[in-house]
Amino acid sequence: MNLFAGLLGRLNFDAFPHDIITGFGALSVVFGALTIAGLLTYTKRWTWLWKNWLTSLDPKKIGVMYIVIALVMLLRGFADALLMRTQQAVSVGSSHGILSSDHFQQIFSAHGTMMIFFVAMGLMFGLINLVLPLQIGARDVAFPFLNSVSFWLFAAGMVLVNLSLVIGGFSAAGWLAYPPLSELQFSPGVGVDYWIWSLQIAGVGSLLSGINFLVTILKMRAPGMTLMKMPMFVWSVLCSMSLVVFAFPILTATLAMLALDRSLGMHFFTSDTGGNPMMYINLIWAWGHPEVYILVLPAFGVYSEVVATFARKRLFGYTSMVWALIAITFLSFLVWLHHFFTMGAGANVNAFFGIMTGVIAIPTGVKIFNWLFTMFRGRILFATPMLWFIGFVVIFSIGGLAGVLMSVPAIDFQVHNSLFLVAHFHMMIVGGVVFGYLAGLTYWFPKIFGFTLNERLGKYAFWCWLVGFTTAFTPLYILGLMGATRRLDHYDASMGWQGLFIVAGIGVLILALGLSLQVAQFGVSIWQRKQNRDTTGDPWNGRTLEWSTASPAPAYNFAVIPTVTDRDPFWASKQAKKTTEKPHYTDIYLPKNTGMGIFIAGFAFLLGFAIIWHILWLGVIGLAGIIACVIIRTTSDEESEYLITAKEVAKIESEARA
Amino acid sequence: MRGIKKAWLGAVVLAFAVLSALILLRHSNFAVLNPQGPIGEQERHLFIIVTMLGLIVIIPVFALLFGFAWRYREGNTKAKYSPELGGSRVAETIWWLIPLAIISIVSVLTWQSSHDLDPFRKLASDKKPLTVQVVALQWKWLFIYPDQHIASVNALHFPEKTPVNFQITADAPMNSFWIPQLGGQIYAMAGMSTQLHLMADKTGNFTGSSANLSGKGFSDMRFVATASTQNDFDNWVQQVKRSPNQLTSDTYETLAQPRKGYPATYYASAQPSLYDDIIMKYMMPGMSHMHMEGME
Repeated sequence: MNLFAGLLGRLNFDAFPHDIITGFGALSVVFGALTIAGLLTYTKRWTWLWKNWLTSLDPKKIGVMYIVIALVMLLRGFADALLMRTQQAVSVGSSHGILSSDHFQQIFSAHGTMMIFFVAMGLMFGLINLVLPLQIGARDVAFPFLNSVSFWLFAAGMVLVNLSLVIGGFSAAGWLAYPPLSELQFSPGVGVDYWIWSLQIAGVGSLLSGINFLVTILKMRAPGMTLMKMPMFVWSVLCSMSLVVFAFPILTATLAMLALDRSLGMHFFTSDTGGNPMMYINLIWAWGHPEVYILVLPAFGVYSEVVATFARKRLFGYTSMVWALIAITFLSFLVWLHHFFTMGAGANVNAFFGIMTGVIAIPTGVKIFNWLFTMFRGRILFATPMLWFIGFVVIFSIGGLAGVLMSVPAIDFQVHNSLFLVAHFHMMIVGGVVFGYLAGLTYWFPKIFGFTLNERLGKYAFWCWLVGFTTAFTPLYILGLMGATRRLDHYDASMGWQGLFIVAGIGVLILALGLSLQVAQFGVSIWQRKQNRDTTGDPWNGRTLEWSTASPAPAYNFAVIPTVTDRDPFWASKQAKKTTEKPHYTDIYLPKNTGMGIFIAGFAFLLGFAIIWHILWLGVIGLAGIIACVIIRTTSDEESEYLITAKEVAKIESEARA
Repeated sequence: MRGIKKAWLGAVVLAFAVLSALILLRHSNFAVLNPQGPIGEQERHLFIIVTMLGLIVIIPVFALLFGFAWRYREGNTKAKYSPELGGSRVAETIWWLIPLAIISIVSVLTWQSSHDLDPFRKLASDKKPLTVQVVALQWKWLFIYPDQHIASVNALHFPEKTPVNFQITADAPMNSFWIPQLGGQIYAMAGMSTQLHLMADKTGNFTGSSANLSGKGFSDMRFVATASTQNDFDNWVQQVKRSPNQLTSDTYETLAQPRKGYPATYYASAQPSLYDDIIMKYMMPGMSHMHMEGME
């Protein structure tokens, strides 16, 4: 075993980038980190950052940190998309474009990994943290410390992915790293190890979050809020988190087996010596398909809130909506094989999974009709979140039709792994998931920060997204039908594909404009925050509990825990116009800040880095550090909560309402 | 009235987009929608039927979306406003049943087509089928013709109107064997043999590719599939038989080395057991370098 020999394992100077584009990428990561550090030092904000944010157990602050990371990663993943579109527009015939094959493959692998795990998941957990406790009338999540650990594990995974840009390089085996390509024989470098360990660490965080929110919903709802009185967003999170709890252990186990193959020479998924790559592909999709629904269900929840609020009307068909969610939750575990009909499983197996996939379209269709009929006889205000909803229905319906097509195995044989598939899943994940979270972000932003986002810039950004996205992905459907497979870094001029690739590239440029407008939107909104102040706590004429408290929501969310008698409790109370009697404040206990989450994740990061580079001593430190931190935290006698007295609550409340 | 102006603007932009798309695509080959064999033809047919069925839902969705958005906009105070309307059992039942009906039809199609178009299913024909053994290598396609005792790399030849029985494996990461104009794809996996049955209705050259990422050279892992008349095919076989190249386990070792953009190559003879040997070496520990001589 000389695997772990040497002080630095296999880390040496060759690990640092040599060529211009990777070098530029690496420099931009280093430069970005240094700029932020420099700004913090210059403005003397390190203590402020540590005390008010990094160590906070307030889910609203943890949610903001999730979203900050997700948005930065969105720009990073988008930069990858720009590179890919450029490469495919110019790498034709005798030209080989701007990227080498290996680099191109690293870029699309990183793009997929980052967009799913660190953008979509980050936005999702961010929004859940911001809104869920508020919507159920709770002051916190069930396990506040665990929440911090989850977030920091997510952050540690994110740092590992970005570090691969500077030291070593990322996986070139696609975002799901199918073996045998991802095995040591074909991918001997550190790339796949970076992929495994960043996902492994972030994935454990996701699993812990799943448990946390599941318990929060089941145990911490305000009095009177029965399951069938929960807001639809809460229902969608309940379903999504159930999926997290069942699906993420599969990911953890699968990644662990691939890691054993790579690090200790085992043969779970190799082609030879009794290994079975098909088993990996089954397992990764047994996690991967539920993962799609983990992401999209909370987005469905956001749409349900948005459409009811902006149509100023009750959500249509609440009970149908709940059962549709539950049906999707169950069915999502019965369709994984549709990702590889082309493996040759046989007609009966393919037909079963094809039919189950089609069946998922039924509850999804029901949800769409219920949303549309929520608009029926409403008074629709076309604020930015409502525009995202309308864009979602358009794009998701088209993408969904493509999905039903591919659910038929015999059709799938002809479009599988083609750009048709790429267009389909981008329409589902961008049109479904990202649009939803952007709508949610605009919708709930004032609740967290106390001022609304600039509507004009938000609407411009939306139109750029809608037009850019359609321009970028419609050509991919056509290219797929012309036989263009995904992940090509080069093709022959005789195929006649270049024009469409150029159109797709133009679409991405329009998208870039949309993203810039969103950056500008944040800037302008912060600049004009005084004019856009939300003094009422209810800027959109909302329906659910989060709008009944002040904006920004105080640390304790609710001075007095509300009692719920209606599905739209705040709307009902506004309709009733009851004169509120003077509230009776009590002492409130909230969890104290702790840096332990950061320390645990820091050691987990060291452990991951050590395994990637085969540095034994560092791995031992990482593992021992994690165990030590957990022991210290769980055996500590120190009081973990602090007190806000009734008097202080009264003072904060009177100031917030002034 | 600003809304109407905007709608007109949208329509003009859309019309422009469609027009330019038509101009851009006038010479293009929509391989999947332009099949040259019975399998691809049936798959295209299915594609169109299911699209039509899907449109039964999509068109009303779009109509309702834009219709409701316009009618119930905030400014239209003439429209009825019922803020407490929270559902309707009849209406909800209708839209549980409509998708259910459509998906039931799709399910029947799915079941039938999964069996009819099962890649492992032999094609009915009065002509004797041609067998081709396909090996995905890094990054090239090896075709072995066991009955003709010849082999070729990155060039596939077969007669028109004759079923071709492909047996497919890999001595490389997983690939996917796909000739879009003839019909759907199937994975090529090491240590396993999958099957695909295709047929060309007429002569022609069709592009084939690997649809699954398999490493650095995968993008250029293309080949030309040539369907010719039986006569031309027989002539081609005779021509290949005059080639100086022989495919033995030794020459195979060299061929199997990773290389991008391998030229079309022809072998006058191919070791008969080669295809099985390539599969078997993944079954037998310690046999990973083709030391198969003692196996017979």
